[in-house]
Amino acid sequence: MLRQASRLLSRSVTAASSKSVTARAFSTELPSTVDSTFVESWKKVAPNMDPPQTPSSFMKPRPSTASSIPTKLTVNFVLPYASELSGKEVDMVIIPATTGQMGVLPGHVPTIAELKPGIMSVHEGTDIKKYFVSSGFAFLHANSVADIIAVEAVPLENIDASQVQKGLAEFTQKLASASTDLEKAEAQIGVEVHSAMNAALSG
Amino acid sequence: MASSAAVPFWRAAGMTYITYSNICANLVRKCLKEPYKAESMNREKVHFSLSKWADGKPQKPVLRSDAPEVF
Repeated sequence: MLRQASRLLSRSVTAASSKSVTARAFSTELPSTVDSTFVESWKKVAPNMDPPQTPSSFMKPRPSTASSIPTKLTVNFVLPYASELSGKEVDMVIIPATTGQMGVLPGHVPTIAELKPGIMSVHEGTDIKKYFVSSGFAFLHANSVADIIAVEAVPLENIDASQVQKGLAEFTQKLASASTDLEKAEAQIGVEVHSAMNAALSG
Repeated sequence: MASSAAVPFWRAAGMTYITYSNICANLVRKCLKEPYKAESMNREKVHFSLSKWADGKPQKPVLRSDAPEVF
């Protein structure tokens, strides 16, 4: 129980002091802005041992957030087999999050968004590039960097509309005739993905 | 502690996120136009070598190559 208390204490301390403290790896000296009440109670309990280091003191400090909002968003869009966009500076991206289409501008609040099958569009000046994303995640960082990862992302022109219609009909029928939970889930996924592709092609 | 927020339907049915994500990707790949479809079928191939262990020693490995059409 005492161990838990010391961990909780030091976590809140190092969170506050991590911005001013530079981590020195494997140093046995204490960071200068450590909680003195913690150190004192530690010394009372275990006077011959150094107070413990916490993981935060070994980590590099987080990159500082610029005080003024940058004018451009830096996008890294990666797929398992290719890096689609790497460090590209754009004005805005619209991502298909599970909570709806989310527009990301520079200075967006740090967010982790799960993506659903849908269109992702990258806006650069008057140039808009659209991709259909199968699913994935988007990590928006405080310094206006967006990391978007997807398993499959294709430009809309590469999708075959007749296949989409066929797939939609097939999965709607499977959904109606499914018996086990797993079959229902698979059919439901099929319906969702094909409807999203349909909407993407016609929208 | 009571269970937390509503789970997605696929997790309620016992599927993991990775399975869900791979199914979505496979469905999208199936709906591509011709040259892209052939290229993408390469990406779907999964090759793995499976060895069962007995008495602390690996038995003969089985090479498995899953065809892309199988869910």
